[in-house]
Amino acid sequence: MLELRDMHVRYGGIHAVQGVNITVNKGEIVTLIGANGAGKSSTVRAVAGLVKGASGSIMYTGRDGAATELIGQPPERMVPLGLALSPEGRRILPHLTVSENLDLGAYSRSDRKAIAEDKEWIYGLFPRLKERHWQKGGTLSGGEQQMLAVGRALMSRPDLLMLDEPSLGLAPILVQEIFEIIRRLNTEDGKTILLIEQNAYAALNIAHKAYILEVGNIVLEGSGKDLLQNHKVKEAYLGG
Amino acid sequence: MTFELFIQNFFNALTVGSLYALIAIGYTMVYGILRFINFAHGDVFMVGAYFIFFGAATFALPWPLAAVAAIVGSAALGIIVDRIAYRPLREAPRISALISAIGVSFLLENLGLVIFTGLPRPAVQPEWMVNPIILGNIRILPISFIVPLVTAVLVMGLLWLVYRTRPGLAMRAISRDIETTRLMGVSIDRIIALTFGLGSALAAAAGIMWAMRYPQIHPFMGVMPGFKAFIAAVVGGIGSIQGAVLGGVLLGTVEIMAVAFYPELSGYRDAFAFVLLIVILLFRPTGLLGEKLDDKI
Ligand SMILES: Nc1ncnc2c1ncn2[C@@H]1O[C@H](COP(=O)(O)OP(=O)(O)OP(=O)(O)O)[C@@H](O)[C@H]1O
Ligand SMILES: [Mg+2]
Repeated sequence: MLELRDMHVRYGGIHAVQGVNITVNKGEIVTLIGANGAGKSSTVRAVAGLVKGASGSIMYTGRDGAATELIGQPPERMVPLGLALSPEGRRILPHLTVSENLDLGAYSRSDRKAIAEDKEWIYGLFPRLKERHWQKGGTLSGGEQQMLAVGRALMSRPDLLMLDEPSLGLAPILVQEIFEIIRRLNTEDGKTILLIEQNAYAALNIAHKAYILEVGNIVLEGSGKDLLQNHKVKEAYLGG
Repeated sequence: MTFELFIQNFFNALTVGSLYALIAIGYTMVYGILRFINFAHGDVFMVGAYFIFFGAATFALPWPLAAVAAIVGSAALGIIVDRIAYRPLREAPRISALISAIGVSFLLENLGLVIFTGLPRPAVQPEWMVNPIILGNIRILPISFIVPLVTAVLVMGLLWLVYRTRPGLAMRAISRDIETTRLMGVSIDRIIALTFGLGSALAAAAGIMWAMRYPQIHPFMGVMPGFKAFIAAVVGGIGSIQGAVLGGVLLGTVEIMAVAFYPELSGYRDAFAFVLLIVILLFRPTGLLGEKLDDKI
């Protein structure tokens, strides 16, 4: 579904991603793990068309089977292709209501009835958002904003959902809940998911495949279960 | 002042204020999204007045049709100006777009001078607009009712568009976070074009009505109203549509009423705008309805 081949990201003189190869197959949860500044966000931002200095190849195969090279495409082209990103730092529009933020997520669609149904579905996933649908996005708590960011990405009915640190800043109980929702999105709704997480243990637990990124390079890859057992991973990311 | 005179001045104030408001909306909408002042905006107002003049006089279109054609033509002009003069500079420092806007303003004025000649022309007025309505001792021109009414309808239509439609949602989103809005599949160039089109259409509507109220048109007629409408937008809080309307009506009221109560000040009429600006900004630096300005112009 998504194939990164020798993908680089450069910001001026900074070589943030130094030729990574990543494959995401349909139906998988793939996770990207690494320390701060390793290049995780840069990688998904490149896929989403948000970085100018990306090079190499990013091939995306959509539901119609057609393959598209994403490098050089503007970000607004991604949603129609079936890709959505819940960006790092949530990026909720603070002056729009919860409901309007969700509508914005569905901007590329025109099937009003189905949009309304999807909104109800999201409210089902995150009842907190339903209670607060009239509230301005900026007045939500951090955790609620995170739910809104995930919900907003889902409103475009993506085939491939990219989540950049969806559990950041959440209370432990909410972290558990978010991971449970990610798992259900994958198993019940058939979403393919590319997940960036600081919480390596939880991420490896639900991931089919994982990549470990260090200063712009992939140093290790394997199934989630295997990497959980790997002693290097244990030492560096799972607290020994 | 007699009651009759006061009523007449009241309608005058409302008329002039409405016209400032219509122009101010264009400044404020463009600023809200691009954070720059479109100095050519007042000249679109002038072009709108010329378009209806030529539509009605030269092409002998019926007046309403000429008005619609002038508004559509001016909207197209606004979109073309953005496409040619501003869009290539989106990534450049904001000062570049600002300079480009000043250039476009000079270009339109001097192009007007060449094409339309500097000769002031009488505006074409349908007959029903010229005869004053007489209520006892009060004489009011029909235009004084028409302008506030048309303005109210246009503003309500605009607010509906901005707050109740998908393109409106995209406009409001872009004004805060362009990158995230693009991520949602919004093509910003289209939304920006729509913004310029709407602002220019409203400026043209103002130009048409201005020419009804002060029936003489010339290539520099947009300079002063444009400038004052810009002040109105700042007074109301730049970036806010409601603020632009409030600022416009307030400025119109101050100008007309000050002269009405103190006729000896009539020579200073154009200075009131600045007095109002300074007084308001002293007490509310972000304008009456403005939120925090995160960038200096
Ligand atoms: N816009 C930018 N301009 C310059 N350098 C940047 C930019 N964005 C990221 N970088 C640099 O690129 C490197 C990778 O950043 P990136 O955001 O991809 O890291 P990350 O793995 O997501 O880290 P974190 O876990 O802290 O979110 C960092 O050294 C960062 O400073
Ligand atoms: Mg990151």
